[in-house]
Amino acid sequence: MNVTNAKDFAAAQQPPVKPRSTPVLGAHVAVKSLSHTYRKSDGRVLETVDFEIGHGEVVALLGRSGCGKSTLLHMLAGLTKPSEGEVVINGNPVREPSPKWVMMFQAPSLYPWMTVAQNAALGLRFGRRSNEIATRVPEVLSLVDLGSFADRNAQELSGGQQQRVALARSLAPSPEMLLLDEPFSALDAFTRRSLQQDVRKIAKDLGLTLVIVTHDVGEAVRMADRVLVLKSNPGRIAEDTKIDLSDDERNGGSDAFAAEHTRLMGLYSRVAEIAEMPD
Amino acid sequence: MTDVTQSPSPARVGLPRLPKSRSLLNAMLGLAILMGLWWLGGWAVADNPRLFAFSNFAPEPTLTRLWQMIQSGEVIEMSVPSLERVGLGLIYAVAIGVPVGILIGRAPRVNEISNVPFQFLRMISPLSWMPIAVLAFDTWDGAIVFLIIMAAVWPILFSTAAGVRRIDPAWLKVARNLGANPFHTLFVVILPAIAVDILTGIRLALGVAWVVLVPAEYLGVTSGLGYAINDARDTLDYARLAATVVVIGIIGFGLDAMAGQLIRKFNWVRSDGH
Repeated sequence: MNVTNAKDFAAAQQPPVKPRSTPVLGAHVAVKSLSHTYRKSDGRVLETVDFEIGHGEVVALLGRSGCGKSTLLHMLAGLTKPSEGEVVINGNPVREPSPKWVMMFQAPSLYPWMTVAQNAALGLRFGRRSNEIATRVPEVLSLVDLGSFADRNAQELSGGQQQRVALARSLAPSPEMLLLDEPFSALDAFTRRSLQQDVRKIAKDLGLTLVIVTHDVGEAVRMADRVLVLKSNPGRIAEDTKIDLSDDERNGGSDAFAAEHTRLMGLYSRVAEIAEMPD
Repeated sequence: MTDVTQSPSPARVGLPRLPKSRSLLNAMLGLAILMGLWWLGGWAVADNPRLFAFSNFAPEPTLTRLWQMIQSGEVIEMSVPSLERVGLGLIYAVAIGVPVGILIGRAPRVNEISNVPFQFLRMISPLSWMPIAVLAFDTWDGAIVFLIIMAAVWPILFSTAAGVRRIDPAWLKVARNLGANPFHTLFVVILPAIAVDILTGIRLALGVAWVVLVPAEYLGVTSGLGYAINDARDTLDYARLAATVVVIGIIGFGLDAMAGQLIRKFNWVRSDGH
């Protein structure tokens, strides 16, 4: 090989690495005395909620139905405006949805008239970044193990695969944070498990901040670095606890996993009982 | 409070499809029955001394005449002006019906306000606008196109509105979440989602417009299929009249089949999917 300068030499030494993912700095979130009431006559859904999420942290919002956890997530995404208080992401108050933080819902809601690749490209298309589609879409599809499905119609895929496409769609605009609203609850246990592992791994690899709303203690233990347990009527953070497990411990049925699961389940039941008590 | 947007996907169904050979066979059978009835009718008329004058309505004189008309180019000559009028009327009907339909489908308030007047106008036979159309338009052609619009706009408008109402709200939420502006929402989500509804509306509109066309062409104009029918009647050329009727039927059938093909092409519901 005829090498003329140092740069070419270096390039010749290292085979071109397929750009699978470009790490980003995960968003930092500060929730400041957030309260929310849907209608004046109704009670408060959320009352003076305060917390912070660090760059690249994986946080689960754990609570029973009606504790306002989903409302809280919609506020982080800028899809719902809080009655009082504010959400500040990377120092800027959130006022509207942004491609920098993308929400994933329980239903993948792919557009059935489009192929997998077209669905995955939507965020780039809406963000006037169509020039990135050709490189970015194959990248995110291979990230979610659907590289060979690019030209298939979205309707031909299984539920789990569709949710993977939704994940790729969320990742394509290179967001700093993913907000997951019980995204795996419609899937069978096996598919759910593998997606929980993969999503955590992808978030960690990319350095994404991840916020997961769930009522599943197992999901919280498997995925989160930190769990905020919410009580209802009105919604408040009752517990803020770290899940100190290695990735291997999270995935296998280790003793450490069992211990964390039992501990969190204890906290969760206690908080849930508090919520049921009349004032 | 699980305010998760887990709306069931709208009930859209794939188009029914018979096995090709069987459906073709049945279609041929239907056509044969129709021809048989026509032949029987012709035979009865020819046998009846009172109706003998109309015996040229029978299949044989009609089809012979039709063949002559095709060879002389007369069929093309009488069809083109009619197709132009229907085409123009449909373009206007789409241009009015689709935007108004989307507006009605998206804004419940607009729907509530417009529902009574629209249902009222819809139930008026388009042909009853004829005297007004003649007064309002300078040309006969203008009046005819207006009548076609009045017939064609309703199915397009209502079908579009119904399609918009069946759009999965989650699709719009996803779009918003990914930073879509209203232009994106319209062209990337709403219009593809309702393409089949619009085309179904156009197909219905085409049917009504084609039906309204012939009586509308009895008006002043000296071209088109309606004029040809009227002219054949006045000149007692019944074979030509019947041949024109056949031409009207064949073109109408062809237009409907084309619309059906378009619908099949744009229908994104996979019956073999999940």
